[in-house]
Formats: sequence, C-alpha cells, structure tokens
Amino acid sequence: MKTIAEIGLLAEQYDIAIVGAGPAGLSAAARAAELGLSVLLADENPAPGGQIYRAITTTPVTDRSVLGEDYWKGGALIARLERTDAVYAPGCTVWSVAPDEAGGFELGLSLGGQARLVAARQIILATGAQERPFPIPGWTLPGVMTAGAAQIVLKSSGLVPGGRTVIAGCGPLLYLLAGQLAAAGANIVAVLDTTPRRNWLAAIAAFPDFLRSPYLAKGLKLMTQARGKLPFRTGVTSLAAEGTDTVTGVKVTRGGATETIACDALLLHQGVIPGINLSNAAGCAQAFDAVQRCWTPTVDDWFASSIPGIAIAGDGAGIGGAESAALRGEIAALDAARRLGRLSEAERDEKAAPTRAGLARSLRGRRFLDLLYRPAEAFLAPPADETIVCRCEEVTAGQIRDTASRLGVTGPNQMKAFLRCGMGPCQGRLCGPTVVELIAQVHGVSPAETGYYRLRPPVKPITLGELAALPPTEFAVKAVVR
Amino acid sequence: MSGGSRSTDVIVIGGGIHGCSTALHCALRGLAVILIEKDHAGRHASGVNAGGVRQLARHVAEIPLSNTSMALWHRIGSLVDDDCGFTSDGQVLVAEDEEDLGNCRARVDDLTLRGFHHEELIDSAELRRLVPAVSDACPGGVVSRRDGAAIPLRATQAFKRKAAERGADIREGVRVTRVSRDGANWRVETDDGPFFAPRIVNAAGAWADRIAADLGEPVPLEVIAPMLMITAAMPAFIKPVVILRKRKLSFKQFPNGTVLIGGGYLGRAIRDENRTVLDWGKLATNAKTVWDLFPIMRGAPIARAWAGIEARMPDDLPVFGRSARHEGVYHQFGFSAHGFQLGPGAGAVMAEIIATGSSNVPIDGLEISRFTNH
Repeated sequence: MKTIAEIGLLAEQYDIAIVGAGPAGLSAAARAAELGLSVLLADENPAPGGQIYRAITTTPVTDRSVLGEDYWKGGALIARLERTDAVYAPGCTVWSVAPDEAGGFELGLSLGGQARLVAARQIILATGAQERPFPIPGWTLPGVMTAGAAQIVLKSSGLVPGGRTVIAGCGPLLYLLAGQLAAAGANIVAVLDTTPRRNWLAAIAAFPDFLRSPYLAKGLKLMTQARGKLPFRTGVTSLAAEGTDTVTGVKVTRGGATETIACDALLLHQGVIPGINLSNAAGCAQAFDAVQRCWTPTVDDWFASSIPGIAIAGDGAGIGGAESAALRGEIAALDAARRLGRLSEAERDEKAAPTRAGLARSLRGRRFLDLLYRPAEAFLAPPADETIVCRCEEVTAGQIRDTASRLGVTGPNQMKAFLRCGMGPCQGRLCGPTVVELIAQVHGVSPAETGYYRLRPPVKPITLGELAALPPTEFAVKAVVR
Repeated sequence: MSGGSRSTDVIVIGGGIHGCSTALHCALRGLAVILIEKDHAGRHASGVNAGGVRQLARHVAEIPLSNTSMALWHRIGSLVDDDCGFTSDGQVLVAEDEEDLGNCRARVDDLTLRGFHHEELIDSAELRRLVPAVSDACPGGVVSRRDGAAIPLRATQAFKRKAAERGADIREGVRVTRVSRDGANWRVETDDGPFFAPRIVNAAGAWADRIAADLGEPVPLEVIAPMLMITAAMPAFIKPVVILRKRKLSFKQFPNGTVLIGGGYLGRAIRDENRTVLDWGKLATNAKTVWDLFPIMRGAPIARAWAGIEARMPDDLPVFGRSARHEGVYHQFGFSAHGFQLGPGAGAVMAEIIATGSSNVPIDGLEISRFTNH
C-alpha cells in the first residue's frame, strides 16, 4: 500500500477508484489490487476503518473490552491492504463522480486544500451508512448529539460525554453504544427505548431465520449485559429535549404518562441508513426500501448500480453490517475486474462463490432486526410543528406540512424552492428522509411515490479558491491547444 | 387527474414559466385552457435557472417584451398571489477596463436614441456605492435599477397554481407524443390519450423542436445545459446582481447569504434522460472570474453546482409568435438561457395575440419564419 499525502502525487488515471476506507472499501481495494489492477482508495478520514473500525490504528482506547472484540477485527482488513500496491489517500474528499469523455469517469478530489480531477475506468462507492436523522423538539441544543457522534469521540479520542447522560432511540446499535459508553466510564442515567411494541408482531415471522443467525448470540449478550447494568425504560412514544442554552433534561412520554429526566447530555439514535449522497449525485437510481424504511441505490447481484461502471458496496447499498460489507466489497471488486477484462466471467464466478456463501450467512436474520427496530411513525415524521427538520436552513416540521398541503408541493425537489430545506451544506443528509416522510404523510402516499432529492455535486463542499485553482486536465489542455 | 374535457380553446404544451404564464393569461381572458407538461411545472430551465429578473443588456428585439414583463414583475404578488421571492436591487454590468466601459457608453447611447432609458451608465464612484466589494480595478459600468432576482421554481409554480385557480386544466406527468391537424382542431396525442383544440402553443423548451418538426416547421434548436454554482451563506456584502460583458459571469447574493455564480458556461445535456453532466474545468474558469472580481469570495465553500436543460437558437433570440405555416399554432420557445424574466410578459402578450389577433407590444425579429423561410 502506498499512502499519498499530497494531491499532486496522484496518477492521472486508475483502473479502479474506490471511495471510502471502511470494511467494504478496504476489501474491495485489496481484492482489486491483488488482481493486478491499479487502485485508488480515497477516504475522507485521517486513518482507515470507516465508522465501524474508526481509528483502529490510532485509538487511545487500549482496554480491548471497552469497544468489544468485533471492533478489533478491522485490523486484518487493513493488514491485507497494506500488502498490496493500492494507493491510499487519507483526508481526501471525493466531491464529484461523473462520466468522462473517454467512457470512464472523472472524479473531483480534494486533499490538503487542493482540488484535482482524476480519471478512473471503474468506480466502487463504499460510502457506508449514516445515522438516521431523528428530529425531536430541542435536538439542536448544545449537549444533544447522535449516539454515533459520541462513539466517534470515544474511538478516536477516548472521551465520553461528561455528566448525566441519556441515550434514546432504537436499534441494535443503541445497545452496543450504551454498553461501550458505560464500559468507558460514562454516567448513563437512562436508556430510553422507542422500539414500538407492535413491531414484534411484524418481526416474529422472521424470527426462525434469526435463530440461526450470527446476530443471535451477539445480540442476546448485548441485550442482557445492557439491560442488567443500565437503567432501561421501554415503550417510549414521545421525546423532547429541554433547556435554553444547553440541554438540561429530556421530556419523555411512556404509556400516556410524561416525566422529565434531568441530564447534561442526550444521545439520539434511530438506526442507520445508507449514505446515498454520492451515489445519488452520480445519478445512480435509488429505490425506497419499505422494510428498512430508507432510500437505497438499486444494485444487481454484483452490486453494480444503474450506471454501468459504478458499483456500490457495503452499507451504502443497503444496511447489512460490517462483516457483510467486507464481503460485498470483494464481490464488487471481482465484477469490476471482469469488466476491465482482468477476469473472465467464469473466473469471476468461481472466485466469488465462497464469498457469496459467507455473505448469505452474514445477512441471515437481518430481516428480523429490520422489522423489529423499524422506527415508530412519530419519530420518522415528527408530530410537533416546532421541531426543526432541516438544520442548515432551520426549517420546521410545521412549515413543511403547511407548504405541502397549502401550496400543493408534492415532492422534496419542489420543497427546496419554497423552504430551501435540503439546500444547505449537508445537502439533505439530515433532513431528506424526514422531509420525504412528512410530504408523504400530508398527501397520504408512500415515500416511494414522494421521491427523494436530486442531489448535486460537489457532494462535499470545496472552496471557491480550490476550484479556481483546479489544474486543467489533460483533456482540457488538448482541447485548448486544438 | 385525467378527468375533465379533452377539447378546449387552447392547448399549451410545456409547463415552464412561459407555458404557465400563457395558460394563466389565456384563462384571465376567458379562454378554456389545457396545459400539458411531461414532468412537473418548472422541472427544467424554468425551475433551475439563476432567477435573474433582468432588463439589462438585452438584445433590442427583446426589449419590448422585457419591459412588459418587468411591469408585471413589479406587481407579481397581485398577479399570482405569491411574491415569487422577487427582490429589486438592480442589476449592474461591471466594466473590467476602460475599453469595456467605452462599449458600455456606446450601448447606453444607442438605447437612448431608440427611446429606452432603463440602462444607465455609472462611473467608478457609483459602481463602488452599488457594489462595494468589487475589485478596485473596475472603472464603472451600467445599471438597470428596476432589475432584480426571484426564485425560479417558486415563481413558475405560482403561475401554475394561479392558472389552475382561474380554471386552466393543468396536466403534469403527461407527455405529448405527436401533434397533427384534425379538421378544425389540432390533435395533441399524449401518453394519456388525445386532446383537441383549435389553438395550440408550443412552449416545450428544449423539446420544442420536436413539436415544431411535427408541424413541418423544423428549427435549428440546440439543447444546452448552462451551469450554476451556489456557495454556503456568507456575510451580506452585495445587493444588486452583477454581470460582465467580456467574461461570462452572473453573480448575486440571496437574502440568506448564499451566493449564486453562473454566467452561461455549458455542461452536457442528456435531454432524453432529463439529465445533465457538469464540466468542472469550465466551472473552475467561472470560479476564477469571481476570484479576480470579488476577493471576499476566495474562501467561500461551494455547496452545490447544477445545470438545467434549455433551448438555444443560433442567434440567441427566442422564437415567439404565430406559426409561419398554420393557423392556430403559436410558438414560444428557444429563450437561449435568458427567458425567465420574459415569462410573465411573454405569457400576457401571447394570450393577447391568441385572443385578439394582435398586440401593441412589438415582437419583430422573433418570428419562426427567420429559420423556416430559407
């Protein structure tokens, strides 16, 4: 592996460019490089690992039991990549992926304050998951953050929130995070579980598969540990953060009764959804997944998107967890190698067979979790009008409902013109799913019919100065000379 | 959705600001209207353009339409019950050097002789009063003080809503496949069945050449994708919209602080897929112009860039008016990346021509015959 610290050192062209150095990107890069392809692995973080293995090579957390044994599995993926010739560019944001004139792709990259256009014949997007936005009244107060953000600070800096900490939401990660933070010394005064009780009815049919899944043992262990040690409250139907300058408490409704729990930090988590901004902006078709309740790129068995030459591996193509992400990265790399003429179809199929078996195993039982931890309607489409939905432009749920009904706005792209939601620097990462749910609710249609934002590059901001100084590409130079 | 009559007085093809404005003004004149749009109103050029409401620096053939339009923009709220985000802080054409300023002077003198007084030459002091952040090197320019900007999709949808309120039958998501003569009527074939009317308006934007070709009036329409960028919010530093002559630039700051950068650099349009591809090399040139002119912008983060699909005619002027071949056919397309401001007025003039046979607003030089007669 060759680590690049300066953008000028990148080649003009690579066989494969892979975006994101989480499990999917790491294994895709390793596999592609092992097959003799020239590989660029670009990642915006300073060290490899993605979210799940964040800071695995640099974390100050040395007690291995704090982050759990699964965390340390990431080391093997990185060691494998280190043995290859792949080019790894940390701290490098990819702000655009678009078709180029030569039938390949042009990537817009930014590293160390300098921008550059680089060509790649094949693209694998391994941009992973993001936490599902979870707007409640007061969620923009200092002291309120997502549970995932707290985990980032723990992994990369070994820090936990100070003072009385409340964790609220639903999903298996909630229990994992609560357990990790408690083990690291956080003072967790309440774990507020919003899992709707009726979800059990929907999930029960998928239970037999779950019984044979790798999740079962892990999940049971997590649950019993967390429940035994932490102050759990289930059946939460409504949440509001309280405070003026900073969060001082959380108002909780359970079983019709409301109480306020005093706290200094409130961590919110409502599961994870695919991070689709780059694949959406690149033009890859997206569909609404009614089970996982989120937008997901449309991919085939080889994780190829609707745009020939762009594959999407890992949680960015649908939530499946770290183990499946790594396997999906392998499969996507094999098919990219086939498209580049490096493998025949038969060779590709043969090499992929064992990985596919592993993938099926790793995904078994997933449906049960998806059904069980599907967020309640009240957290997908916030009922309180004053709840801020778009943080960039401070647009509330009430404004969105009003604009959808009074002005007849039928989709999120039209909503942009009226309220500017989704037009701030996050480009809808934080408001998109909620805006879609609210519009769908007002018009009594499904989110699938409502559609999602058409996103625009740059998917990550670059400065005007960086763009103004963009070196001309070989093609542009030739065009001028002619 | 597909209830209602299939026969009407006027069928408007295309739900951009032009189609919607024409539909509204026809309805205001008591005509029954069906508007047919393949996507949704304002989906393309009308919804994603820079929103400039500009009389400044227009070709003389367009000035009468532009003047008519500007009068409507200044009472837009009473026309469509929505302010369309319209603000009027003027538009300034900045001269980058003395030669540039000389050309500005000649232009303003020429307009004065023709009886138009909306453009006004300004010196360096007035330029700096209007645009304090502009580079010290610029010696002056031209201002059009009643100009401004609006929010494109919002404005287009306001025209659509008002037209519907006045009885126009708006059919979105319906694609016109063919237009043909059917006795005294025109038959407009769609993927939702046929519609009939004695008069049709071709306001189909980047798709208008296909309609024109069906009518035996092929035009050399070029499909273009002008690109735009917007930055994250900056402290307020400029009120008027700024444009240039020698280099491509359209530059403005919105009340929320974000800054829009455009000027007509073209990306690639894939019209059959409703898709565009950006050209970052050209956007870099666009950014370099801003870097030169507005030092305050050098560290601004660019939040988004995009392009819309539009129609351009070889002479950069729209096709506006009656068909050269057929009774009851009217064309209103090819606005060549500067049609947004014209929308309200062009719709009013078109409806007047349809309803009364003529208009006092001159449209000489815009007829389709300039392409079909030779």
